[in-house]
Amino acid sequence: MLAYAIRRFGQSLFVLVLMSFIVFVGVYAIGNPVELLVNPQADEVERARATAALGLDKPFLEQYWVFLKGAASGDLGRSFVYNVPALDLILDKLPATIELAFVAMVIAIALGIPLGLVAGLKPDSAIGRGIMAGSILGFSLPTFWVGLVLIMVFSVQLGWLPSNGRGDTLAVAGIPVSFLTADGLAHIAMPAVNLALFKLSLLIRLTRAGTREAVLQDYVKFARAKGLPQSRVIGVHVLKNILIPIVTVIGLELGSVIAFAIVTESIFAWPGTGKLLIDSINQLDRPVIVAYLLVIVTLFIVINFVVDVLYSMLDPRVRLGGAAASH
Amino acid sequence: MLRFLRLALAALAVLALPAATLAKEREVSIGLQAAITSMDPHYHNLSPNNSMMLHMFEPLIKRDANQKLVPGLATSWKAVDDLTWEFKLRKNVRFHDGSPFTADDVVFTLKRVPNVPNSPSSFATFTKPIVDVKVVDPHTIVFKTATAHVLLPSDLASVMIVSKLHGEKASTEDYNSGKAAIGTGPYKFAEYVPNQRVVLKANYGYWGGEEPWDKVTFKILTNAAARVAALLSGDVQMIETVPTADIGKLSSDKRFSLVDKVSNRVIYVHLNQRSDTAAPFITGKDGKPLAKNPLKDPRVRKALSIAINRDAIADRVMEKRAVPAGQLLPDFFFGTSKKLKPAKYDPEGAKKLLAEAGYPSGFAMTIHGTNNRYINDDKVAQAIAQFYSRIGIDAKVETMPASVYFTRATKGDFSYMQLGWGTESGEQGSSLRSLLATYDAAKGMGVTNRARYSNPELDALITQAMSTIDDKKREGLIQKAAEIAMADTALIPIHYEVSTWATARGFAYQARTDQYTLATGLKPAK
Repeated sequence: MLAYAIRRFGQSLFVLVLMSFIVFVGVYAIGNPVELLVNPQADEVERARATAALGLDKPFLEQYWVFLKGAASGDLGRSFVYNVPALDLILDKLPATIELAFVAMVIAIALGIPLGLVAGLKPDSAIGRGIMAGSILGFSLPTFWVGLVLIMVFSVQLGWLPSNGRGDTLAVAGIPVSFLTADGLAHIAMPAVNLALFKLSLLIRLTRAGTREAVLQDYVKFARAKGLPQSRVIGVHVLKNILIPIVTVIGLELGSVIAFAIVTESIFAWPGTGKLLIDSINQLDRPVIVAYLLVIVTLFIVINFVVDVLYSMLDPRVRLGGAAASH
Repeated sequence: MLRFLRLALAALAVLALPAATLAKEREVSIGLQAAITSMDPHYHNLSPNNSMMLHMFEPLIKRDANQKLVPGLATSWKAVDDLTWEFKLRKNVRFHDGSPFTADDVVFTLKRVPNVPNSPSSFATFTKPIVDVKVVDPHTIVFKTATAHVLLPSDLASVMIVSKLHGEKASTEDYNSGKAAIGTGPYKFAEYVPNQRVVLKANYGYWGGEEPWDKVTFKILTNAAARVAALLSGDVQMIETVPTADIGKLSSDKRFSLVDKVSNRVIYVHLNQRSDTAAPFITGKDGKPLAKNPLKDPRVRKALSIAINRDAIADRVMEKRAVPAGQLLPDFFFGTSKKLKPAKYDPEGAKKLLAEAGYPSGFAMTIHGTNNRYINDDKVAQAIAQFYSRIGIDAKVETMPASVYFTRATKGDFSYMQLGWGTESGEQGSSLRSLLATYDAAKGMGVTNRARYSNPELDALITQAMSTIDDKKREGLIQKAAEIAMADTALIPIHYEVSTWATARGFAYQARTDQYTLATGLKPAK
């Protein structure tokens, strides 16, 4: 286990360095941030001063070296635009994004797995067909459009929910969360549902497919023949066996929800990192772009690690890092 | 007696009720389209920031809704001679903490402006011409410049005065946290959350009289649909930059009202004249390079200008949110010429001019523009290409995000560059100097002349105007310079953008040419 963790850590570090270099090259190739930051009326002296102030007067590789040296001591540079440490800017916004992602995933899991089970157990019933039709809608409607429709119905027409922003927060272990206050819940409801819709459909389909396959297996038939109650057959024999692919997908999707909540965040003006990233790309705010991607890659790495650990708990045949691992 | 007292109390309670709801009504929320990057008034010279700063801080000279200079913290100013300006400061003005405003704060401000660490766009451009400051008395101050600097009052209108007491050791962080964000303006700092919101509270002791709002919340709603939704649902009472697609819907809805105004931003085309022989992205129709750069020929430039139907673009592409342009600023601004009208649409005349210039069958060209910077910028470029096909020019359109576009445009990668220019100074001289004077980095001439257009006659007039203190004479010189530039089609003005604000019923906004969204301009409607 320990050796496995250490090897994973080494691989991760390499990925992080490689990624930061690619982003550096990418931003460098796109354009010169000074063009966007400096007032167009400014003269050459002012341009030169701004270029030097942002450290952009140095050769490219030297700029990268300066970044690496800083990164080694935990300093990812200061935002060109906001003049605050880029990492602070992101960590400030990250709780909002993670909260949104988690609430969305909870909605998707809490609804998706039961609905998928029902659809899988009764594929030909009206309910089963209805669930599948709904999941097709969830797949095919663009997030952007659904978000606007939600706002139109619940904020503009009915006036029940606020159309933008994050509600009152409470600090839990120093991290501000909003889902514990009534105002916070009212604010998070629509963006979370909007974000959950696609994942919900995905989980329904995945669970349904797994269930349909599992109920035909001998061990399920045997369990039934043994006279086990329906709840135990489904809850233990079916569900546990179809969970491995579902956990994989949930893990992957959680990462992608955090990283790509951008559309939802911008429609609902949710003060998360997605909105910050888009603005930073438009402004070529390189320190923020690099820091954001590093944080997200780190998150992916951690989530994947957790998923691997979960595998080994769900399926005793899976061993972490062992050559005999059979997944 | 007791019964009477009870009655009186009940009456009081009833009277107090509307008062309580009124107190709630003195709060207002406004949706902005761009982030405020700092609360330090000297950190980042950026329109959204400058607009926000005007609530908490004040410059010596302010600009009214038409960008005319009006007294701010200075009550009057005059040029004593070509190199000396005397400013009389307003008396009995207090900062938010109660400390008095004096000439020392002005001296401190001028010292601080060029020394803000890591500033990505400094205000030093405005203070640099001042080489010496003399405090005559606490309310009289004299500025010396090295050369005649006619734009000094206009420059100082962009510099917010900060408190010496609180600013001396303050960094940009101290302004962002509110610790040092202490000015003389009508609103006080309450909260700043980057990329999310700014909250301000009324400064009841304001010298200019009390504002109608106790609390103003600015929400950053960069997504246009989200901004409109926030207004529709009542989360905000006003939004700026209403998307053209929603204007029809909002204007027919009785719960809202729209107000618009032509802005100081012109959308124009720079024509690359860096080389006599080669023009990037311009070839013969067969794809072979041309012998000469056609854009060097004023007849070709004029043909490219009169081939554009500006009325059609303003009416259809911009849905009336643009006014066809004939110079760099709408003609009520200082230094604009009433003689300069938008070029008349004349495709036949354009064909004739092209033939005279030696291109009877036209040529092939790529139009380059942004796709996320100006209102409908990519659609405007497409429309222009259509008009060119009618005069025999094969025009392709290539648009890209501003982050990519400006770097390449500055390098001279493009020939036909669609761009925008907002004149913050509110007078045409500085625009002519930046966009059309011969490029000379050392002298600060033509700093944004991406075309490298050069005309010695125009340069001479601009230089002369920029050293003529007398307003009347200077205005005449600038007008003449503009007329010469436009007769030579030094650039192609397309239109002035019209900015639109939408408010909920019961509110009225004083629209501005500088596109600023100010809580001080928002009043309860009568």
